[in-house]
Amino acid sequence: MPGLKNVAVRNYLVAEMIFPESCRNRGTGLKIGAPKETFAGEARVAMTPDSAKQLQKLGYDCAIESGAGEAAGFSNAMYKEAGVEVLKTGAALFKACDIVAKVRQPDATELKRLDKGQTLISFFNPAANDEGMEAAKAKGANVIAMEMVPRISRAQKMDALSSMANIAGYRAVIEAGNNFGRFFTGQITAAGKVPPAKVLVVGAGVAGLAAIGTSTSLGAITLAFDVRPEVAEQVESMGAEFVYLDFEEEQADGASSGGYASVSSPEFREAQLAKFRELAPEVDIVITTALIPNREAPELWTEEMVQAMRPGSVIVDLAAEKGGNCKLTVMDEKIVTDNGVTIVGYTDFPSRMAAQASTLYATNIRHMMTDLTPEKDGQINHDMEDDVIRGATVTFEGEITFPPPPPKVQAIAAQPKVEVKELTPEEKRAEEVAAFKKETRNQVTLIGVGAAFLLAVGLVAPASFMQHFIVFVLSVFIGFQVIWGVAHSLHTPLMAVTNAISSIVILGAMTQIGSGSFLVILLSALAVFMCGINIFGGFMVTRRMLAMFQKS
Amino acid sequence: MDYGFTTAAYVVAAVLFILSLGGLSSQESAKRAIWYGIVGMALAVFATLVGPGSGLWLLTIILIAAGAVIGWQLANKVQMTQMPELVAAMHSLVGLAAVFIGYNAHIELGNVMSMGAADKAGLEGFAALLAKKSGVEIAILRVELFLGVFIGAVTFTGSVVAYGKLAGKVNSKAEKLPGGHMLNAASAGLSLLTLIWYFNTGGFFPLFLMTLAALFIGYHLIMGIGGADMPVVVSMLNSYSGWAAAAIGFSLGNDLLIVVGALVGSSGAILSYIMCKAMNRSFISVILGGFGGTTGPAMEVEGEQIAIEADGVASALEDADSVIIIPGYGMAVAQAQQNVAELTRRLRAKGKNVRFAIHPVAGRLPGHMNVLLAEAKVPYDIVMEMDEINDDFPETDVAIVIGSNDIVNPAAQEDPNSPIAGMPVLECWKAKQVFVSKRGQGTGYSGIENPLFFKENTRMFYGDAKASLDQLLTMIS
Repeated sequence: MPGLKNVAVRNYLVAEMIFPESCRNRGTGLKIGAPKETFAGEARVAMTPDSAKQLQKLGYDCAIESGAGEAAGFSNAMYKEAGVEVLKTGAALFKACDIVAKVRQPDATELKRLDKGQTLISFFNPAANDEGMEAAKAKGANVIAMEMVPRISRAQKMDALSSMANIAGYRAVIEAGNNFGRFFTGQITAAGKVPPAKVLVVGAGVAGLAAIGTSTSLGAITLAFDVRPEVAEQVESMGAEFVYLDFEEEQADGASSGGYASVSSPEFREAQLAKFRELAPEVDIVITTALIPNREAPELWTEEMVQAMRPGSVIVDLAAEKGGNCKLTVMDEKIVTDNGVTIVGYTDFPSRMAAQASTLYATNIRHMMTDLTPEKDGQINHDMEDDVIRGATVTFEGEITFPPPPPKVQAIAAQPKVEVKELTPEEKRAEEVAAFKKETRNQVTLIGVGAAFLLAVGLVAPASFMQHFIVFVLSVFIGFQVIWGVAHSLHTPLMAVTNAISSIVILGAMTQIGSGSFLVILLSALAVFMCGINIFGGFMVTRRMLAMFQKS
Repeated sequence: MDYGFTTAAYVVAAVLFILSLGGLSSQESAKRAIWYGIVGMALAVFATLVGPGSGLWLLTIILIAAGAVIGWQLANKVQMTQMPELVAAMHSLVGLAAVFIGYNAHIELGNVMSMGAADKAGLEGFAALLAKKSGVEIAILRVELFLGVFIGAVTFTGSVVAYGKLAGKVNSKAEKLPGGHMLNAASAGLSLLTLIWYFNTGGFFPLFLMTLAALFIGYHLIMGIGGADMPVVVSMLNSYSGWAAAAIGFSLGNDLLIVVGALVGSSGAILSYIMCKAMNRSFISVILGGFGGTTGPAMEVEGEQIAIEADGVASALEDADSVIIIPGYGMAVAQAQQNVAELTRRLRAKGKNVRFAIHPVAGRLPGHMNVLLAEAKVPYDIVMEMDEINDDFPETDVAIVIGSNDIVNPAAQEDPNSPIAGMPVLECWKAKQVFVSKRGQGTGYSGIENPLFFKENTRMFYGDAKASLDQLLTMIS
């Protein structure tokens, strides 16, 4: 092919001739592929044309099962355009790819298709999926479970739970609005006054915060509750009002459980339910997002609360998959209670926004691949020493590696500052007395030493010197007192002004200039001249600076 | 007019000077305070002119006027970014003047002592004062003028070197002659010996020898201090010039000189103390130059520096509600304060909460950044000190670091082996997003790697600060 100038293109073509398209390893890079999701109603896909381009930059070849992105709005043609190979069936894809990226937990058929040494990246629910792990182990496949990505700041970019929860929170509000017969925002129109909707968000995790943000930006009055009081600040920063309980208890810090909520005590629960009972008649929309890892969802919104709500109100239960925060919730369904309250129990909120969810999820996957490919050479380096990769890997080289050891780096949420113990009045008093005594002792020592020094000087020095010395000491003292009060921002003007007034030595030169020899006159004249520059320069520059300071 | 008037005028002048310094406690009262200082100075000069002891007043006035013209020119011409150089240069003048006056005192003393009793009666002014002194007083006078000359000489060369470093005429890296601090110690020892010699003989030679030694100390001491420590150096020299004035005041028996010298001296000392505290370093270690030795290997920095273009910064700023800008010396070098101010104005016009966080040692002079921002008409009530604003970073959407490095280095808190461990820093990495405007990938003045640049939420906005901001401003209307 002498006509081809571009060596890379020529090499590619040569490679194509030796290894045809169907061959598993084209060139040097491994192949990564995403099958069509088999779960009924699942519209998401683990690879988008955009993420495929990024993966190709890492040196991988990309493949997709025909129609996998259709439901999320990504056609086969778009993938092809991005350089992705489109394979006809899921079986072919599993066979052709070294790495398979999926969204939903793989079903039995998919697990059977796994191969030795193949890497599967997917949600896997390892805590309740022993058969899946056994199957993957038996096949010798390496499985990375996306929900196991540790919650450390370095891993945020691949935290698919968060990105999906974000969507769920947003969509929950939209779903609620769809079923709610009124405006969110209060309006006074020519056709009458519309009161604003009142939204209560229970659980201020990622989904809760996303719901809060969406709800406030739609104009609703938003209340939010969480068992972790430290999130009150985040809630308020999103524009919602935090619902405080009248309850005193040592709450487990969220950071100790990896940023998730833990089970609360019966007393606390009682106080919480009482508060909700009080709120139930007022709120129009309730969005519950309370989930505790690996447990049944806690019941927070009881039947009596539902009864207390006004007709037309909406409850969106994001915990429906784990039994629901409201016991009336029916998983995957929308029901209307006898008193006209709509309860939405969908579990597929991210899938309902498949285009957005796929984009985010594919980006999470892509970041995971970036961490797995430190050399950017299209080869996986499954580094089990890396906290993030180790944490997310559930089977590796024929071993089950779940649960992972605790990560070396601590969770993101910082410990709240340890409250300073409230001191009793006596203790306070004792502390003050001690501080006072210490200060007195210091001062007396200083004054004593200073006085002794002065006396020692006074013994030898003549009276005329001591007079000046008194002036000197007092001036130093005044100087110290005055300068401490100078504003920080005025330090430069302070230096300029002290510089100007230190040219007070001009007085010395002026008293000398009149007396004595030519040399004295010359030296003092020079001194007067230099001080003149300094006085005017110093004051002028200070004035210039000060004139610039202005209030807004 | 008689001596009583002069003294009264001095008292008033001294009070005015104290008020003038005290008035700097707030921006508003400062504008009044400066006039106290000017009036005080005018009064002091006038009282001395008409008072006893001054002669050749015509020459004096001409010289002052000439100095005034030059000073006026300098003050009006200087760029606000060159303020550190100007201040350093002016310190050197005070130092040199103190040396001259000390020499004059010495010459006069020699003249007076060689006179007979009859001649002495005919003297006036400073000489008359000298003539009345007893043996012990003359001995003390020698010590005083010796000290005045010594401090003056150190101030002079020190300020000249500091000026050179700040103006970029001398390499700002810490440099020492072979022998290091031993040379300084030897010179100081020599000065002490000559003091004893001079004390006993009153000859010219020991005084001259000491002057040379002091000039050398000033030069070598400041040469050994790196550019990052310049705020401390400048305020320290400020302090020295004050002490020199006080020492001269003692030898001339002039109380106003003593008062003002002591005020300036203590002011400079406090400023140096504040600066040192801001860097969590002892005064001694700054003076002795260089950062203290580390006790172990520095922490490995993980991750990579991720660059971002202006449009990325612009869109992040559009989305942000609260922004904190952290300016540093790089902003001064690039003369970018006007662009920063313009950016601030535009963002504030959109209703965003824009504030500035100023580290105490940002820049090369205490309060350097405040002056630059004020020049660009940034309102001073959105310019915050480190302690005021450090707790607000977690609630901030965007922090923009413009040309500062060490003062935002998380290694100070995270890495106990870092040379700057324990130095209070602006915790900008706690903001949701950090943009760092920086010329290249180099390290800061202290030459240490900055883990901030490698953080997840940090994006590097490479390029000259002014050019980068220009580009950014085209995208934010």
